[in-house]
Amino acid sequence: MEILVCIKRVPDTSENEIEVNRDGTDIERDDLVYSVNEWDNYAVEEAIQIRDKVGGSVTVVSVGDEEAEEVLRRQMAMGADKGVLLSDDAFEGSDGKGLATILKAEVEKGNYDLILTGAQADDGAGQVGGMLAAMLDWPCASLVNFIEVVDDKKIKVGREIAGGNQEMYEVDLPCVLSIQTGINEPRYVGIRGIRKVASIKIPVHGTGDLGIAPEAVGEPGAKTKRLDYFVPELGEGAEILEGSTDEIIDKLIEFLKAKGGIK
Amino acid sequence: MARQVFAYIIHKDGIADDTALEMIAAAGKIDPDASVTAVVAGAGSELASVCNEVASSFAEVWKIDNQALAYVNAEMLRPMLVRILPERGIVLIPHDHFGMDLAPGLSIKLDAAYLPDAVDFEGIDEGKLKAVREEHTGQVSTHVLSDISEGAVITIRPGSFKAEESKSSEGNVVDKTAEAMEGGLLGGARRFLEIVEAEVGDVDITKSDILVSVGRGIEDEDNMEIVFDLAEAMGGDVSCSRPIVDAKWLEKSRQVGTSGQTVKPKVYMALGISGAFQHVGSLKGSPFVIAINKNPRAPIFQVADVGIVDDILDFIPELTDRINDLKSA
Repeated sequence: MEILVCIKRVPDTSENEIEVNRDGTDIERDDLVYSVNEWDNYAVEEAIQIRDKVGGSVTVVSVGDEEAEEVLRRQMAMGADKGVLLSDDAFEGSDGKGLATILKAEVEKGNYDLILTGAQADDGAGQVGGMLAAMLDWPCASLVNFIEVVDDKKIKVGREIAGGNQEMYEVDLPCVLSIQTGINEPRYVGIRGIRKVASIKIPVHGTGDLGIAPEAVGEPGAKTKRLDYFVPELGEGAEILEGSTDEIIDKLIEFLKAKGGIK
Repeated sequence: MARQVFAYIIHKDGIADDTALEMIAAAGKIDPDASVTAVVAGAGSELASVCNEVASSFAEVWKIDNQALAYVNAEMLRPMLVRILPERGIVLIPHDHFGMDLAPGLSIKLDAAYLPDAVDFEGIDEGKLKAVREEHTGQVSTHVLSDISEGAVITIRPGSFKAEESKSSEGNVVDKTAEAMEGGLLGGARRFLEIVEAEVGDVDITKSDILVSVGRGIEDEDNMEIVFDLAEAMGGDVSCSRPIVDAKWLEKSRQVGTSGQTVKPKVYMALGISGAFQHVGSLKGSPFVIAINKNPRAPIFQVADVGIVDDILDFIPELTDRINDLKSA
């Protein structure tokens, strides 16, 4: 099975406090720790497990600048066979449809049976997989937390729905799936693994290579554009307890007693 | 002519989801003069009762009645919607597991703008809708401008728009089935098999009065013990947020959130939980919420009654000791 996994380099929110810069044009990016989007990491692990079971190859692809190369390389160290970087000044400011347009062009250069994306990334939109499938006229399933290859024509997938329940579908190949966290346990990638793939050349494709009209993507092609970042003023929020740990615990215990938090 | 807004109604067991009325409120914020049509898909008597229900709050209800939609498969529904929706319409869909499956592809097929997971609207200016979204798991918000002049598909975050007391309406139910089926059933490349129900766990957190809930801030499986110790001292049960289940440190039945359980305790202690909307949206019955997190910007502090900015790994054992001292005193 030929599998393509679309990945994104994002600020790691478990490692960072995200702050808005002074004029609200961006988040403060100095000193941010970046990593591969968590959902994408599960998608790559799933692709590797499928390949190891039924054969084929795993290609990781990312739309981004040269810094996105580091996450491609990390996922190759994890076990992906190839990496491709889609990079062009014309791609900057793309909305979801722009990203899907760029990825579709790359998909059509290959011969893929299965495309995986993360269910969502740092912007929380969860849009690229579904858009890509619609552009390709391939079937799609989102929030996938189970995959079983039936044969070379179809797969069985589970979708995560409310209340811990799961929707099961049979899907014809080729198809696009967006992967939910928890589908597997992504393997650890050590420094040694990254060193091993450090010298592999990662091809870079731009508008020319992909046959994309620059005005169809990037800022000019975007119907939905971000204006600014801000921190909303939401009510009062929590009463923050202050003082020494002992003092805080004293206050907290009073609250717990009053509210029935100690039985 | 008034702007046409369509609201896709999610329903279960013949009852419309809470988001049905929330979308009326959302449509009103987009354009107070909009005419809002409910679109309901399904089959048989369950569909009929949903249509009756929403007809009391929407001026018009469009019905798609087909046995293939007895369990609504987004892949089959999407081509039907493409057939019946007019050009340049605005389509609202709840941003839940169903909407996320349906909406992105629908925007492509309608050649419409896509605006996902909107939490507020701030008006239309020259065909461009200004909306509020959240990024980075709710740590920052953004304004976005979406060109809706050629139509738009907009997903609405459940719970973000306050449902208006339903203005009683005697909406017309229009059967759109024939038009939706013109050219036959599509989407057969993804076939629904069954629902696999969640496994029942050893503790039913939906019945607990005191929940000690743990998130990513616990860092390591070996640290889980301190959470159970605190829960025991307080006389409560341990629940968790999604990353703990993803890491397989607790069973799925202990997860609070849209993909887990909806809980209604009296006291909810959120330990190292950032507070994504999928999590806090499942806290019902106005519990007293205590949040402990080392990140002062964590969204959980916006919904908590009391907050403590500290590392839970340091704080919890001390709290447990003090509660135990108190109880033995």
